[in-house]
Amino acid sequence: MIAQEELVDRIVRRYDGEVGMLIPMMQDVQAECGYLPAGQLRRLAERLDLPLSRLYAVATFYASFRLAPKGRHEVTLCVGTVCYLKGAGEISAMIQKEFKVEAGGTTADGLFSFQPVNCVGACALAPVMIVDGKYHDGVTQEKARGLLRGLSPDETGAQAEAKK
Amino acid sequence: MTVAATNRFGSPADLEQAREEIRRRTRPAARSVRVCIGTGCAAKGSRRLYDLFRQAAHEAGGGLIAVEAVKCVGCHGLCERGPIVVVQPGDVLYQQVEEPDVPEVFRETVVGGRVVERLLYQDPATKARARTAAEIPFYKAQQRIVLAHNGEIDPRSIDDYIAFGGYSALAKALSAMTPEQVLEEVEKSGLRGRGGGGFPTGRKWRSCREAHGQPKYVICNGDEGDPGAFMDRSVMEGNPHSVIEGMIIGAYAIGSSQGYIYVRNEYPLAVEHLREAIGQARERGLLGRDILGSGFDFDIRINRGGGAFVCGESTALMASLEGRPGEPRAKYVHTVEHGLWDKPTNLNNVETWANVPAIINRGGDWLASIGTAKSKGTKVFSLVGNVVNTGLIEVPMGITLRQIIFGIGGGVEDGKAFKAVQTGGPSGGCIPARFLDTPVDFDELTRLGSMMGSGGMIVMDEDTCMVNVARYFLNFLREESCGKCTPCREGLAQMLHVLDRITHGKGEAGDVERLEEMADLLAGTALCALGKTAANPVLSTVRHFRDEYDAHIVDRRCPAKECRGLFRYAIEAEKCKACGICKKNCPADAITGAKKVAHVIDQAKCTLCGTCFDKCPFDAILKV
Repeated sequence: MIAQEELVDRIVRRYDGEVGMLIPMMQDVQAECGYLPAGQLRRLAERLDLPLSRLYAVATFYASFRLAPKGRHEVTLCVGTVCYLKGAGEISAMIQKEFKVEAGGTTADGLFSFQPVNCVGACALAPVMIVDGKYHDGVTQEKARGLLRGLSPDETGAQAEAKK
Repeated sequence: MTVAATNRFGSPADLEQAREEIRRRTRPAARSVRVCIGTGCAAKGSRRLYDLFRQAAHEAGGGLIAVEAVKCVGCHGLCERGPIVVVQPGDVLYQQVEEPDVPEVFRETVVGGRVVERLLYQDPATKARARTAAEIPFYKAQQRIVLAHNGEIDPRSIDDYIAFGGYSALAKALSAMTPEQVLEEVEKSGLRGRGGGGFPTGRKWRSCREAHGQPKYVICNGDEGDPGAFMDRSVMEGNPHSVIEGMIIGAYAIGSSQGYIYVRNEYPLAVEHLREAIGQARERGLLGRDILGSGFDFDIRINRGGGAFVCGESTALMASLEGRPGEPRAKYVHTVEHGLWDKPTNLNNVETWANVPAIINRGGDWLASIGTAKSKGTKVFSLVGNVVNTGLIEVPMGITLRQIIFGIGGGVEDGKAFKAVQTGGPSGGCIPARFLDTPVDFDELTRLGSMMGSGGMIVMDEDTCMVNVARYFLNFLREESCGKCTPCREGLAQMLHVLDRITHGKGEAGDVERLEEMADLLAGTALCALGKTAANPVLSTVRHFRDEYDAHIVDRRCPAKECRGLFRYAIEAEKCKACGICKKNCPADAITGAKKVAHVIDQAKCTLCGTCFDKCPFDAILKV
């Protein structure tokens, strides 16, 4: 519990407790915890003297916030117009069906979180899939399947990156 | 680092002196290597190339080429051919450079001054190789103001920006011009907002300057949410100081001391570069108190977006900056009078801000001499979709769509026929081939039922179903609708329902009219620009591609053969080699055939998944 309080206090101090910086504060909490744990949100609401509902309103309005822990790997699929024209819609449907994961959700075994996004602005690479921060271009259903099946169940994306 | 480089500039003279010093220090750049690290090139491994070139320079001992002369730079625009590396001597542009190419490029070009032919751009039609960017058709018709130094300067180095004349416009504005004179210059330039609306920038600044209330805020809208658009990303990543300089000048004219840059969450590199640039500018006294000894105070804070498209709308963005859900409000109260925290606020888009230093340096008349009667200057577009040269371009207003798509873009990829170009983002419209000779400016695009938007230009080939395109955009907007006002929240859902029906072959007579009626209601009653323009993709496709709607509804047929259920797969007996690949891969066991016997699809069993179409090595499977 102590560690939790320290985290929120540190973040609140970073922004001089300014209520207008609520979103950056929540982004910082998420950056540290990987998601927005209920305890942290409660603490943050108390510190800023805001109703907790206000924080949940923000958390559920913006697509980048998550209220549940993320998987060991992060998979982002661009479904912007160009990627869509080049087949990203079907890739997204395939991933949701074959890996039993919802858009914005995490697989039951916690292997990866899947987030389709509107456009990553790398249209020359379309369709684009980002796995643990690495951009893969010209993705097909088959390539996506291969990438996801190749994800290590033991190691997180960050750990694999650190080893490199 | 020299002493001058780490010092705060106390006056414009200090800045000039530092500029001279940096230029003297970096002048012997007879040999240099510039590696693009924009998102496109970086995704193809350009950061590793940068490391390897640096290592090669280091190993060469520094006498031949300074390690600092190996630079990472922002987007060159020709993303299709990345990673891009430009080498001096000779300004040689190499494309699709890979790690194993580095030693050869270093040995031959950097050291030997010879060209590595195979890495040069090759014209797909004439097969001629181009040595420099200027020889490539992609660059020839472009006119670069905002992107002028993208690809030349290191976005992480303020010294580099200063060496290229950076912050001279700021020095001029603060030392030799009154805020009123700055305003007049911007008004004279005829610059209109590059974020989509096209509102005259000078007029907006003046309204904010004259509004009552303190403090005043300036905001840079970097929440580039249109799918298929990455103009602002490339400017923020590739030349962040140009945006910052524009904002400081604007703040001086308006009388603001606090600025915000709101950057889209999906652009981590832009955030990183902006953050560094702001830090450097503060260190040098270009941000903060008493800028260049003028007594003018101004600082900038960066906020990252949360992944909501609607936050590109100015009032929604301001709500987000206040730490609330990004819901727009009615705009009969203008944000220049009551904006962020209810104070006068001037919001401009990234590209608009980046135009400002050039206007101050070269004069408003100069910008006004470029472009059409009512749209001045240049516009940056991201040219994407089914086009040969995907990339970022900057062209003078008034250039035709044909010059852009066929001249710069090299035409439609895979030799297919052009069907439409979509401009203006999700709430823009689709423009068919017969209007290709339309000059591109704010008013002409609006006349065609589309709009300029922030500059996405998506080329669509003959295989694209326009009804499905409309459905895609409508679905996008329905998901991104904030839900505050009923017409947008419910209207888009209803329209999507009708479009879903049409693309699934269940369209009914009168559906098009039903869509038009709802579109009319939406445009007239929605709260913000997202809702008011949300029906554009439907209206523009109905207007220009009505026959495709009728084919879906009346004939139950998708002419582009994209909507599942509205076409069938069949095997062309003459082309079928009876290899059995389709049969083996068919998940529905719908294909029959034997050795040396052309295969056949059982239409009753076929689920139209398209696996056979993708797998056939002989192109024997047809969509009919």
